Amino acid sequence: MFEAVAFYLFAFLTIAMFYITVTTSQALYALTALAAGMIFISAFFFILGADFLGAVQIIVYTGAVMALYAFGMMFFDTTREVKEKQGNKFIVVGLATLAAVMVVAIFVAPIVSTNMTAFYPMVEGAGNTQEVGLVLFTKYLIPFEVAAVMLLVAMVAGIVLAGKKMDLSLTLMSAEQAKDIDDKDKKVLS
Amino acid sequence: MMEIGLNHYLVLSTILFAIGLVGIMRRKNLLLLFFATEILLNAVNIAFAAISHYYGDLTGQMFAFFVIAIAASELAVGLGLLIVWYKRHGNIDLDTMTSMRG
Amino acid sequence: MELYLYIALFAPLVSSMFSALFTNTPKKQFVGIVASLLIFTAFGSSTILLSHILGGGDIVHVEMMTWMATGNLYIPFGFVVDQVSVTMMMVVTLVSTIVHIYSIGYMDHDKGFNRFFAWLSAFVFSMMILVMSDNFAGLFIGWEGVGLCSWGLIGFWFHKEVATWAANEAFIMNRIADLAMLIGIFLVYWNTGSLQYDIAFPAMATLDPSTLTWMGIFLFIGAMGKSAQFPLHTWLADAMEGPTPVSALIHAATMVTAGVYLVIRSNELYDLIPNVGLFIASLGAFVALFAASMALVNRDMKRIIAYSTLSQLGYMFVAAGLGAYWVALFHLMAHAFFKALLFLGAGNVMHAMHDELDPFKMGGLYKKMKWTAIMMTIASIALAGIFPLAGFFSKDAILEAAFVEHHFIIYSVILFTAGLTAFYSFRLVAMIFHGEERYKLFGIDPHEAYKFMLVGMSPLLILAIIAGALKGTYFEMITGLLPNTEYHLHSELTYWIMTIGTQVFVALAIMYAYKKYAFSPVSVPDGTSKMENSFMYKLLLNQYYIPYAYEEYIVKPYNELSAALWKVDQNVVDASVDGIANIFYKTGENTRHMQSGNLSTMLKWMVAGTVALLSLAVVFGLAARYSGEIRTILSGLGV
Repeated sequence: MFEAVAFYLFAFLTIAMFYITVTTSQALYALTALAAGMIFISAFFFILGADFLGAVQIIVYTGAVMALYAFGMMFFDTTREVKEKQGNKFIVVGLATLAAVMVVAIFVAPIVSTNMTAFYPMVEGAGNTQEVGLVLFTKYLIPFEVAAVMLLVAMVAGIVLAGKKMDLSLTLMSAEQAKDIDDKDKKVLS
Repeated sequence: MMEIGLNHYLVLSTILFAIGLVGIMRRKNLLLLFFATEILLNAVNIAFAAISHYYGDLTGQMFAFFVIAIAASELAVGLGLLIVWYKRHGNIDLDTMTSMRG
Repeated sequence: MELYLYIALFAPLVSSMFSALFTNTPKKQFVGIVASLLIFTAFGSSTILLSHILGGGDIVHVEMMTWMATGNLYIPFGFVVDQVSVTMMMVVTLVSTIVHIYSIGYMDHDKGFNRFFAWLSAFVFSMMILVMSDNFAGLFIGWEGVGLCSWGLIGFWFHKEVATWAANEAFIMNRIADLAMLIGIFLVYWNTGSLQYDIAFPAMATLDPSTLTWMGIFLFIGAMGKSAQFPLHTWLADAMEGPTPVSALIHAATMVTAGVYLVIRSNELYDLIPNVGLFIASLGAFVALFAASMALVNRDMKRIIAYSTLSQLGYMFVAAGLGAYWVALFHLMAHAFFKALLFLGAGNVMHAMHDELDPFKMGGLYKKMKWTAIMMTIASIALAGIFPLAGFFSKDAILEAAFVEHHFIIYSVILFTAGLTAFYSFRLVAMIFHGEERYKLFGIDPHEAYKFMLVGMSPLLILAIIAGALKGTYFEMITGLLPNTEYHLHSELTYWIMTIGTQVFVALAIMYAYKKYAFSPVSVPDGTSKMENSFMYKLLLNQYYIPYAYEEYIVKPYNELSAALWKVDQNVVDASVDGIANIFYKTGENTRHMQSGNLSTMLKWMVAGTVALLSLAVVFGLAARYSGEIRTILSGLGV
């Protein structure tokens, strides 16, 4: 009973939040709604017993991703209203629904048609975090490491792309050149 | 109705995915487009987690976990590119990005 | 000897290739000279081969290379020089050498000088293949080759509408006949299993007469086309639109005699089917009279000579049809000499008269063109068959053959035709060279042709005079291959009455021609005199209305049919092809907007593409899942 109430409540909230994200003309509203939606999604994870995933969801999305978006938005002029030319709404909604239904159908098809047996069943008597840790550091160790490297690469890429004069190397430059660049920056800033 | 099964989660996932796709198609501001992609990823994550739960298999959660990692790195790179573009052109409107015109 | 064979065969090809190199460049005198020299080389080689055969040497038979060898079909590029082909080779190379030399002068002012020699030599090459081949396939190649070159040369002045029309007419008429000939060749192959003369002909002796009859008929239809026999004769007169040397070489001396050559070559076949032979002879006699009658009233110098050629071809077919193959070949040879001479003379006159062809506008040219006049007169005497020139011996032999074989109708027809021949030949000579100088009315100043042209023509003149004397030698040689049917009348008296009677008849015809056209005033016909309005005159002048009938009853219905079918072609064939092209065109046109460069649009298309791919995946997934059921349903539907 409690589960059903929680599911319907959060489902409604999530859909509403994401709907606002997609339709609002204010970038700030969109950002806020998205952040809220992310947190509501983590609720589903908790309901489903995936405590670790829920925690990660909150930390990564509301902590890291939203912070990044917020910083990003500072660069852009997002306070003004976002103008959007509208095409045929029916086509857009129709295509989206069709695609979504089919993606899910394809995912579900093997589950419905065959009796799936669990490769990595839940371990009796252990908490979710412990279970996740067991599987993650045995079967999925290499993907985990690769994901870590990928995050590192993404971080470096983000810094290089967003930073100034990142195509120059301060360590390879002579002192005068470095000073020159420094002076120029000062001029630009002042 | 009161017993929440896998289908409920899948229907929810479908609805969220559709919302995300609508966003992708109608948004002209690149930043808001990124938001829509986040919605897509999260919609799939819910499906993964639900399947994982109802079949007692952790693989679904693992995938959701990796999806989150990918989302984070995509965002980092994407935002970086966005900033470079904004520096060059002064806006991030999709309609002005016509350099790919054949 | 093989070397000479190859030289004779390929020198014309080399000449043609060489001349063809210069087709797009302005006139070069040396092209004509080199071409003439190369053709002369071929003539020299042919002479050596002739002396070899005359000296009792073996038949030269070579197989250059295999052409087709599939299953039972074996066709080599084989060439044979025997008594018949060496005669033809001599005629072809001799006349073509002279025509080449003559053309250097005749085509002097023509822009297409080099091109002319390329075509002319190519013709000689094709003709050599035709006569030298040792099988029907090679003969057919040469046959088509001469047809092609004839087309190119009739239409040589392609800027003239008439010339291209005549070229196409000749080509198309020949194609019609060639179809029949091809059927004949297929029949030969199916029934004898070979196309080699020396295998096919002996094998025919054992065949069913009706099969042989069909073979003979189809091969003869091919010969009819090339030799312009009724009813496929109209192209020859129209072919006179080509340059005069072409008329001399192709449409008098060589190509048109290819049909006669084919019948002679197939003598073993026609000996087995005398009924077809009789038909050939009857048709020949008919054509002889028919063509001669048209020549009587025509007002175009070259057409008169063309009808004369047609008439003489009729004579040859009379001889060939009656089994007197060697006589036919002899007349072919003699005719080639004097007819080529006549044409070249006509060419001189044409040149002198600035391409005026109506003899009514000439007259009295003897004073200006003495040598041409002498040559044409002698050629005409030879054509008329006056003793002791070439025509007498050959034509007399044909008359004798007809008489001895008791075909008196044919005999009387060709005898009467001999008189007509004499009349129209001398009508022409009298009108051109004698009588009033009517050309002055038209302000033309005629002049004699170049000296070297006249000298070049002289061998023909000599041969036209003395060819009769070679009859004995020729008979000795040719009967090595052809049946030696000699025609001797039983009574000496009959022979003399016949010969002298013929001579007197012919002489009277000549005198009548002179009386009418040389010694009495001739006026240019203007459609007022009584004779011109008579039915016969009109009938003859309009060629019995045959071209008109062809135009009205064959060409026009065919055009209408073609127009109707063209609609079908447009609405069905073209429309479907265009439709397919249009689909792609329209698709491209309509999907072009996808590539607008707008990222938002692209994203929409991307989603659409994803949907399409996903639906495919779903459809195939379902099909795989329910394959058993689908199969059951399909089998229930009877698929």
